[in-house]
Amino acid sequence: MDTQQQLDDFQRRIDNGEKIEPKDWMPERYKKQLIRIMSQHAHSEIVGMLPEGNWITRVPSLKRKLVLLAKVQDEAGHGLYLYSGTETLGVKRQKLIEDYLYGNAKYSSIFNYPTLTYADICVIGWLVDGAAIVNQTMLAKSSYGPYARANLRICKEESFHKKQGYEMLAKMAEGTSEQKRMAQDAVNRWWWPTLMMFGPHDTDSPNSAELIKWGVKTKTNDELRQHYVDRMVMEAEAIGIELPDPDLTYNEETGHWDFGDIPWDEFWSVVKGDGPMNRERMNARREAYEGGEWVREAAAAYARKKRLKEEKAS
Amino acid sequence: MTDNPSNNTEWPLWEVFYQPKDGKPFEHAGSLHATDAEMALQNARDTYARRNEGIAIWVVPSDQIVASSPEDRGPFFDPANDKPYRHPQFYSVPRAVKKRK
Repeated sequence: MDTQQQLDDFQRRIDNGEKIEPKDWMPERYKKQLIRIMSQHAHSEIVGMLPEGNWITRVPSLKRKLVLLAKVQDEAGHGLYLYSGTETLGVKRQKLIEDYLYGNAKYSSIFNYPTLTYADICVIGWLVDGAAIVNQTMLAKSSYGPYARANLRICKEESFHKKQGYEMLAKMAEGTSEQKRMAQDAVNRWWWPTLMMFGPHDTDSPNSAELIKWGVKTKTNDELRQHYVDRMVMEAEAIGIELPDPDLTYNEETGHWDFGDIPWDEFWSVVKGDGPMNRERMNARREAYEGGEWVREAAAAYARKKRLKEEKAS
Repeated sequence: MTDNPSNNTEWPLWEVFYQPKDGKPFEHAGSLHATDAEMALQNARDTYARRNEGIAIWVVPSDQIVASSPEDRGPFFDPANDKPYRHPQFYSVPRAVKKRK
C-alpha cells in the first residue's frame, strides 16, 4: 500500500515539474492510469491505419500514394513508440494487445467512422491529425518521462500529416464543383466526431482531475477542444470551407469561438461499440493478429536455429 | 485460434540507441521487439530513423542493461557532492587574465 509520505513526496516532485522515470516510485493508481491511457493511445495509432489504408490502392496520383504510404507507416511507428513507452511500466506488449483485441481496452472512437471518399483522407489529415496534435502537444509535457518523449517524437511527424491533408483539401476546395462538394461533404461528416476526440466535457470526465493533478495531462478536455475550434475556424475560412455548425460565433468577451452542442449520444454509442465501423475494425485487427501468429513463430524458430548453428560453429 | 489467443509468441525486447550526427554521442530512442540482432537493427531503422534521425544505431537486449536505482540516488552520487575542487569555478584567477577570449 502507498503511504501518505510517499504520496506527498510524489506530489511534490510533480508540482516541481520533475519527470517521473520508469524505476522511480509512483502510486499504484498513477501507474494504472498511465497503462490505461498510454495503451489506449497506442491502440488508436494502430487501428488508425485502417481508415487511411483503405485508400492506398486508389489514390489519384503516384505522389499522393507515396505520401499516404509514408503517413500510414508513421502511424504504425507512433503505435510502436507508445507500446514501447507503456512497456517501461512493467507490462508485456502482448498482454496490452490482447487486452485490446479480446478484452475491453479502448481506442479512439474517431476510427470507427468510414472513409467514404478520397476527400475523407484529406479531412483526416487536417481535422483528425489536427486534433491529435493539440492533444499530443499537451501530452509531450506529461509528467511520465517515456510518455512525454514518445509524444514529442510523434508531434514532430504529425505536423507533416496535418499539412499534407490541409493542402490536399485546399486544392479540392478550389476544384470543380463536384470536388468542392466532396470536400465539404467530408468536412460535414468529420467535424463533430473530431470535437468528440477530446473526450466528454470536464464536468462528465471522471478521470480528468486526477490526471491533471498528477501532471499526466496539463490541460482539460474542454480547454483543448476550445483551442482546436479556434484554430480550425481560422483554417477553414482560409480555404473556403464551412464548418457545419450554425452556432459558431466569435465571443468578444472570451476571445474564443463559441460552438453548438456536441451530439454526445452518438459519442457514447460509438464508445460502446455501435459506431458505423466498430465491428469491422476489431475484426480486421484480430484477423491481422491471428493471421500473423505463424509468422511470429516462424521468425522466432528461424532465429533459434541460426543461433544454434552459430554456437556449433564456434 | 481465437479460443487461445495467449500463445506466447512475443519476441525479445531490445533497447535502441542512435547517433544523431557525426561526432555526437549516442542517445536512447526507445525499445522494440525482434527475434535477433539483425532484425532488431532493421526494425530500429524503420521505427526510429525514418527521417535520418540517426547515422548509426546500437541495439542491446533490454535484459542486458544494468541501471542505477533512483532510491539510491543520494548515496550513490554522494562522492561527487563534496568535491567542488573538481570544478574550475573553485579556483581564483587574477583579474587581468579573467576576461581572456
